[in-house]
Amino acid sequence: MKIQQLSLFLENAPGHLATPCAVLADAGFNILTLTLADTQGFGILRLILREWEPAQRILEKSGFVVKVTDVVAVQVEDRPGGLRKLLQIVEQAGVNIEYMYAFTVRCGGKAIMVFRLDHTDQGIAALLGSGARVLSATELYALAG
Amino acid sequence: MSLKWNDHNGCFHPDSAFDFLPGEQLRALQLQRLRATVERTYSNVEFMRKRMDAHGVRPEQLRTLDDIRRLPFTDKIDLRDTYPYGLFACPMSEVVRLHASSGTTGKPIVVGYTQGDMETWKNVILRSLAATGMHRGDILQNAYGYGLFTGGLGLHYGAEALGATVIPISGGNSDRQIMIMRDFGVTAISCTPSYFIHLIEHGASMGVDLKTLPLRIGVFGAEPWTEEMRCFIQREANIRAFDIYGLSEIIGPGVGIECTCQNGLHIFEDHFLFEILDPKTGAPVPDGEEGELVLTTLSKQAMPILRYRTHDITRVIPEQCDCGRSIRRIARISRRSDDMLIIRGVNVFPSQIEAALLKVEQTLPHYQIIVRREREMDEMEIRIEVTAEVFSDRVSEIERIAKRLSHAVESTTGIRAKISLVEPQTIQRSEGKARRVLDLRKLDEQKNPL
Repeated sequence: MKIQQLSLFLENAPGHLATPCAVLADAGFNILTLTLADTQGFGILRLILREWEPAQRILEKSGFVVKVTDVVAVQVEDRPGGLRKLLQIVEQAGVNIEYMYAFTVRCGGKAIMVFRLDHTDQGIAALLGSGARVLSATELYALAG
Repeated sequence: MSLKWNDHNGCFHPDSAFDFLPGEQLRALQLQRLRATVERTYSNVEFMRKRMDAHGVRPEQLRTLDDIRRLPFTDKIDLRDTYPYGLFACPMSEVVRLHASSGTTGKPIVVGYTQGDMETWKNVILRSLAATGMHRGDILQNAYGYGLFTGGLGLHYGAEALGATVIPISGGNSDRQIMIMRDFGVTAISCTPSYFIHLIEHGASMGVDLKTLPLRIGVFGAEPWTEEMRCFIQREANIRAFDIYGLSEIIGPGVGIECTCQNGLHIFEDHFLFEILDPKTGAPVPDGEEGELVLTTLSKQAMPILRYRTHDITRVIPEQCDCGRSIRRIARISRRSDDMLIIRGVNVFPSQIEAALLKVEQTLPHYQIIVRREREMDEMEIRIEVTAEVFSDRVSEIERIAKRLSHAVESTTGIRAKISLVEPQTIQRSEGKARRVLDLRKLDEQKNPL
């Protein structure tokens, strides 16, 4: 149920975000979603894409430092309290959320939450046990169309 | 005198015998050669004759080796001022080779060699390589630059004379370096230590682990390096790494070498007389104390050099080496008197920064020190390339490493530095010497001469 996310180190300076995007575009890879964690000096670009394995190779060949991180993608009910329910499940399982971000997919405008957890397997078990809709890689890429 | 022959594996080269000359004989030989050198210089080099006259010293006043202190110093500026042939002590018809420095500022410095000088150079390189345990049968990849730079051609003839198989690959083209190292069964390599570290990384990116190759000896020089770099190289390439010392002004590589004891560099004292002096006062420091290395050539004919200020900081190791060589050793040169940065009044050496970075990261990251003056205050920034080993997906983790780096630098140098983590391959690489320090204060002063 884990999704592989690519994380890249970037300097926080003009033009530094464009290069990895150009590398992926030239290779013909479509980015499903991305988020940027930034500080004054540097940023971490986190990417989810179907072709993460060749993408990692190409990015490393272009000189980037790339880490593969396991994250969990959960479909969230698009109504008040939808997110809170998910957070409660994770919290009650004693699992810590290192970071999270949300995006919507093309098909049916569904909202997806991406979680990076300190204990990924434990978190997935708790979410599944509470009936949350945890997406496998295949399901996630299918939703994205 | 006890000699340990076992480190030569029965491959002792007869030319190495001079390494073991009894002290008394060595001093006598040095004095005889020093007198001849000074006489030759005085008679044949107008520039030096005038300088010695101005100093009130004549060649016949040299009665003991200590009398060398009466002689004036020579500095790099003198080689520039006499460009190109002003320090030559023989007619050009006797000069068979010219080399020149890369000359980053203005005119290069030019050095010349007679046929006899070429023999001397070959001799000291042969003895250098033999001291590292290299012998006939070794295949040496000579990755020092061939051309005006003394490194490539200097190593070349001495290695051939030793009987090694020389691959004159010169510097650059790392793909080809790795391919040849693997395909030709290379057992020894010579280049700058920073270029070899680059080759270790480059080999890894090509799927070639240097540890698995027959490579066993590395002869590294032409730039200061540290014990930490040696450990890194020896571990990552599974070789023994030896420091070779030299400078074009004196002869090129081959002034000194580490033997297999790897504890200081033996200076070929039969050809080079060394002094360790206080860089400020020019007075000798007590044995074992740090000072500036000052060198006098004893055998050079085309371009004898008297009391050359190397600006390299070292100390003599007075004890006899375990290898049995009687020629004395100096400690590894990890800094230069003109390499020193004065930041907010504190002396900082790039080697200190390097040691601090290695302590935190275990491996040597590519880094650059940048010094600026902002609002009358010196600011030191250290740009460090992020490696796969330290990169984490978590912001807090990266910030923690940056803090540890900052703390290590501050505790080693006493100066708080701004640590900037940068993407890989963004700090300029040179195939030869690494440009580790960018002192922008000097540039600013030039722009605003007040």
